Amino acid sequence: MTFRIDKLGVVIAVLLAYGAFLAPFANFRANRIVPGEARGILEALPVGLGAALVGFTVIAIVVVVLKTPTVFRLLLGLAALLALAILVGLSAGHLTPPENTYARVSPASGFWLLSFAFALVAADALARLRLSPLARVALLAAVAAAAAGLLMSGAWDGLSILKEYGSRADSFWLEAGRHVVLALGSLVAATLVGLPLGVLCHRVEALRAGVLNVLNIIQTIPSIALFGLLIAPLGWIAVHVPGAAALGIRGIGTAPAFIALFLYSLLPVVANTVVGLAGVPREANDAARGIGMTDGQRLFRVELPLAFPVILTGIRIVLVQNIGLATIAALIGGGGFGVFVFQGIGQTAMDLVLLGAVPTVALAFAAAIVLDAATELSNRKSGRAA
Amino acid sequence: MIEIDSITKRYGETAVVDSVSMTIAPHTITVIVGTSGSGKTTLMRMINRLVEPTSGTILIDGADNRSIPGYELRRRIGYAIQGHGLFPHRTVAENIATVPTLLGWEKSRIAAKVKELLSLFQLDPAAFGPRYPHELSGGQQQRVGVARALAAEPNILLMDEPFGALDPVIRAKAQDDLLAIQKHFGTTIVLVTHDMEEAFHLADRIAVMDKGRIVQYAAPEEMLVNPATDFVETLIGAGERPFRLLSIGAVAEAAEAGEAEGEPIAATSSQRDALSALLWSGREALPVVGADGARLGRVTLAGLARRAARPQ
Repeated sequence: MTFRIDKLGVVIAVLLAYGAFLAPFANFRANRIVPGEARGILEALPVGLGAALVGFTVIAIVVVVLKTPTVFRLLLGLAALLALAILVGLSAGHLTPPENTYARVSPASGFWLLSFAFALVAADALARLRLSPLARVALLAAVAAAAAGLLMSGAWDGLSILKEYGSRADSFWLEAGRHVVLALGSLVAATLVGLPLGVLCHRVEALRAGVLNVLNIIQTIPSIALFGLLIAPLGWIAVHVPGAAALGIRGIGTAPAFIALFLYSLLPVVANTVVGLAGVPREANDAARGIGMTDGQRLFRVELPLAFPVILTGIRIVLVQNIGLATIAALIGGGGFGVFVFQGIGQTAMDLVLLGAVPTVALAFAAAIVLDAATELSNRKSGRAA
Repeated sequence: MIEIDSITKRYGETAVVDSVSMTIAPHTITVIVGTSGSGKTTLMRMINRLVEPTSGTILIDGADNRSIPGYELRRRIGYAIQGHGLFPHRTVAENIATVPTLLGWEKSRIAAKVKELLSLFQLDPAAFGPRYPHELSGGQQQRVGVARALAAEPNILLMDEPFGALDPVIRAKAQDDLLAIQKHFGTTIVLVTHDMEEAFHLADRIAVMDKGRIVQYAAPEEMLVNPATDFVETLIGAGERPFRLLSIGAVAEAAEAGEAEGEPIAATSSQRDALSALLWSGREALPVVGADGARLGRVTLAGLARRAARPQ
């Protein structure tokens, strides 16, 4: 019997070995802003569990290096991630002295490396399995449910990031709501405006270059600069247009953040609409006209359905981009997860930064998976084999 | 009946179609041939107003084709193009149902029509109806394209190089299918092509276009015997004339009384096919059989030779 070596597995094995034996598993700090002390796996976990994790990692190294069945690797990766998530919660309880509410325990590089390596194992296995779009969304839902379960069970309550959450639970959900409204709202507005604009650019060639160039230029303005540029005109509107202030339009706050995100979103929506419509087969268009469709029927029954996958790709770009960009809105009082990021930076409290950053990344990641699946489904329907 | 009266289409200074007049009889196949850029496609597209003429009128069954909106006119006229133009995001059944749906037919009537057309084009409705166009072969796609054009039972069918994208074997089959379909529905067909072989095979009358004008509009035999200009003669190909003459007529017309040995030929085949079979098998005569397999007589090499000679 011969053993065959998996090339990616070798890289993952190196990461696992380094993460398990050389890097610290958790960080212990006497309070939330002092530098931390590193703890290895055996110190950070209760006796027995630490040894079990080390042993598990050694077995995992052997499994990933050899060519093993893909489903087996997927289950290994997912199980390891779940185990790590539970263990890091346990290490918080283990490291924090009893009755001490100032001490902070956070995951350290070893934990992140191990998680990254096992996530790679799972992602690699998923890519090889070529799951259907719906199965990918279902898997995402399962992972989200597992994370929610861990959060609710209190397994992570000892971790520093949740201690930060504990003291800000109300404002966390308020800012989460504002973040989603900013990112989704500006996307909806950009789609409502961008789609007709894209159709117009497609039909009226004279408009196309001009509109796309203007949107391109807007895209190159740095976000902070764009916020700054919007302060003066919006401030003027708030003062001079009756009712504007009552609607919440001010030089700073949500209004300029929303408008900036909206402007950034226009280019991907308009450009993808134009590209999608241009990609509609000439014969299909000619036939649509030749058999008696009106211009409107041709647009809604032939052109837009055929361009839809490309337009959806634009919307995916916008949504992922907006979820990230909305963080900046906090700088001008627009709210969102950025509030925690900038507060954390101000207080040199990395845990607080993470409280803003982790949900942002998770949201963007989930949005990407869902919209990728939707794009693939719509592609399949229009016969442009995925 | 389509009456085209001094129709002209100019783009800027150039007249793509220059004062063309012709009358197309109902229930016939008229083939418009010409080199590329001769204006043949533009002429055809003015019939259903995909192109609006600069001047002139077109009457369809006596009514000016500008008396109703363009899209309504086009729903009454079948339209099939090269590369089929099927909608890739719709199933075969949905594609065929397009015009009836636009016209607001009842669902049951549409379903029945789709089924009828698919069967007529030798595509099993249950198997092909739910498929998407990219799952079909080129020949099947082309048949669905024609079926879609015929779905609303139009009196007139316009075809722009409909068989151009097909390989020679499938093209011959598609042409024969079209002839059968035309007999079945009695549709008036206007077909544009640059393939003279196709024109002589299909046409009741051929219109030859050159530089935006019709240089000859005549029955195929007439065009062979009396080509109006050198251009027409070149287009026909002088060396091809006897064979084109034979390709117009069916074997049935050339059948004589008598017996012959060997592999028979169908009465519906062209005389050119019969000549080819005679020459290839080295025989003097072929038995002719009808669709039911009954012997109808024979065709002879000598008889075909007489028919291939210039008519007196």
